[in-house]
Amino acid sequence: MTKEPVAVVGIGQTKHTAARRDVSLAGLVREAAVRALEDAQLTWADIDAVVIGKAPDFFEGVMMPELYLADALGAVGKPMLRVHTAGSVGGSTALVASGLVAARVHRTVLTLAFEKQSESNAMWGLSLPIPFQQPLLAGAGGFFAPHVRAYMRRTGAPSGIGALVAYKDRRNALRNPYAHLHEHDLTLEKVRSSPMLWDPIRYSETCPSSDGACAMVLTDRAGADRAPYPPAWMHGGAMRSEPTLFAGKDCVSPRAGRDCAADVYRQAGITDPRREIDAVEMYVPFSWYEPMWLENLGFADEGEGWKLTESGVTEIDGDLPVNPSGGVLSTNPIGASGMLRFAEAALQVRGRAGEHQVDGARKALGHAYGGGSQFFSMWVVADTPPAD
Amino acid sequence: MREVAIVAFGQSDHRRESAEVSEVEMLMPVLHEVLDAVGLRADEIDFTCSGSCDYLAGRAFSFTMALDGVGAWPPISESHVEMDGAWALYEAWTRLLAGEAETALVYSYGKSSPGDLREVLTRQLDPYYVAPLWPDSVSLAALQAQALLDAEDAEDAEDTVVDERALAAVAARSRIAAEDNPHAQVTGSPPPEALLEDPYLVRPLRRHDCPPVGDGAAAVVLAAGDTARRLCRRPAWIRGMDHRMEAHSLGVRDLTRSPSTRLAAERAGAFEAPADLAELHAPFTSQELILRRELGLGEGVRVNPSGGALAANPMMAAGLIRLGEAAAAIHRGAADRALAHATSGPCLQQNLVAVLEGDVL
Repeated sequence: MTKEPVAVVGIGQTKHTAARRDVSLAGLVREAAVRALEDAQLTWADIDAVVIGKAPDFFEGVMMPELYLADALGAVGKPMLRVHTAGSVGGSTALVASGLVAARVHRTVLTLAFEKQSESNAMWGLSLPIPFQQPLLAGAGGFFAPHVRAYMRRTGAPSGIGALVAYKDRRNALRNPYAHLHEHDLTLEKVRSSPMLWDPIRYSETCPSSDGACAMVLTDRAGADRAPYPPAWMHGGAMRSEPTLFAGKDCVSPRAGRDCAADVYRQAGITDPRREIDAVEMYVPFSWYEPMWLENLGFADEGEGWKLTESGVTEIDGDLPVNPSGGVLSTNPIGASGMLRFAEAALQVRGRAGEHQVDGARKALGHAYGGGSQFFSMWVVADTPPAD
Repeated sequence: MREVAIVAFGQSDHRRESAEVSEVEMLMPVLHEVLDAVGLRADEIDFTCSGSCDYLAGRAFSFTMALDGVGAWPPISESHVEMDGAWALYEAWTRLLAGEAETALVYSYGKSSPGDLREVLTRQLDPYYVAPLWPDSVSLAALQAQALLDAEDAEDAEDTVVDERALAAVAARSRIAAEDNPHAQVTGSPPPEALLEDPYLVRPLRRHDCPPVGDGAAAVVLAAGDTARRLCRRPAWIRGMDHRMEAHSLGVRDLTRSPSTRLAAERAGAFEAPADLAELHAPFTSQELILRRELGLGEGVRVNPSGGALAANPMMAAGLIRLGEAAAAIHRGAADRALAHATSGPCLQQNLVAVLEGDVL
């Protein structure tokens, strides 16, 4: 039995910022949704179902907010699903939505992810109370810093690599009008001398807290034929999960990430991702995760990822541009961050990424991860439909 | 449409308090029960999907602990909805329909006992205009019940009499039926007339009109085509399944109707042939009457032989349990065509309907 090909025909996002005090939660999500519909030149009536995702409900203090957001997202009288898979949720949400089209349950689906972090304090929202966790951690940075140190020790990477990633991504963000951080006067030296938060992660190597939403319209082959702009075609999508902590877990390069990438490449017929993929939007909330994921995703051999970063391969004009949008380091509405990776990958192959367009991008990877490096979701999109 | 069936169902004993076990410990025996029933290990399942809620657990990412319990190693293809497990089952069903999996494990769980559920559920409401008033779930259900009673007083009332005695009859019938359900939290009931002597809890609802608050877990295994036939003597084939949302603001809804249930039932094919059994997720007695009318359930249909949500209503699992109970009735030959319904949100805001059938033996 063959699946229906899935096309991305509409993409919308908000201008991400520290606090959108001018809009409600409903106003925030509607802004992104309307922009996605405009991009697809569709109306609410064209949408068969709505799939939304976000990170923990405690971030806004609304339990199961899809119930409240149903009206704002035009979901009344329609099916509506709410996905939650930790930081990978934006990617997982898009994959759940794509599954509805692939299974021919629905023809055109609106998918959206958001976070309004200004409603609360995410760092303490993520710091679990006793007895769920020992009181040793403060937010995600405290959890991931030891994994970064393990990577540095394992590979012998020079200590300055992280700053290179942060400087690159923040410079890329200047080309993206929707990015949260636009630090025009940032220098590499300023990154290197910014305060140490969780050794070895400095302030400028850390993602911001953002308010923002991202939406996509996914549709079938017939819907893609009617699209006003070139669609992005999904060539593969996968999710993988593993336990948070267990004896033998590779926290630096989790097997779930490797397995997920292998599955997506297999679906997309990719045997050499380094050569075949033209642009990567990967989930890098702390600078060092770029070289770590380059290895985990098969773009570099083990221990070699930092060399790609150091030699400029991942620059926007490099051989393998990573996060031309500025990435999570420049924009982090947590629940939406994964969908932004998926959407930015799609923008690249649609040729609609504007100032941060990678020349000639025809195949792109969107990547998201979450929890304790345990939840992974990825998709490969291309400018042509998948082979039958 | 690809053939997909529920091939195994398990649930915990639902209880008012379960302080001695964590959510994972509550869930584990249920997971093992369904996996043992089909003779599969967690790593032999193609896709896993769960439903739970951080607001019940009181911590972010509460589902990650359950995943540890599943034993997601080697890594598994897995997803989670912050919804009742019925919607996790729906997501898994679409994966099987698309041919991406042959088998799926679906589970959900909820412990309401650590908090005050009526207060917690107010956090589901519009955070700007409604939640600040803290209208609790029983009070909102009472508004709905009163609207139903008032509508039945009106001239255009339909032929069935809806009064407080009719509500009590639903309660009595459900809890007497639950005497045969070893997992039920509340079983047995005095006759309706005796129930009406109790004081109101929130007028017009009395205690018997409301679901018990409790903790519980449930799991099912889905399988496609010949795999389903191999794993189960009589698979409960999912002939159709659909779910629909209604407006959030109670003020713009006719609370005496459930158009989302009717539409979901139409899309699921519920009206194409009569069912012999229906498992309805109606936490309040008045809601069963609303759902019966929308689904066109006549006297010939057994409704909630398990006792339904009035006998056990573990949040996030009670909807999945309706699908499981309906499937289990087909598995054991006690039903041939069954409707299963799940609900979410205040006053039946979101509803799912599935049509399940067994092969003629």
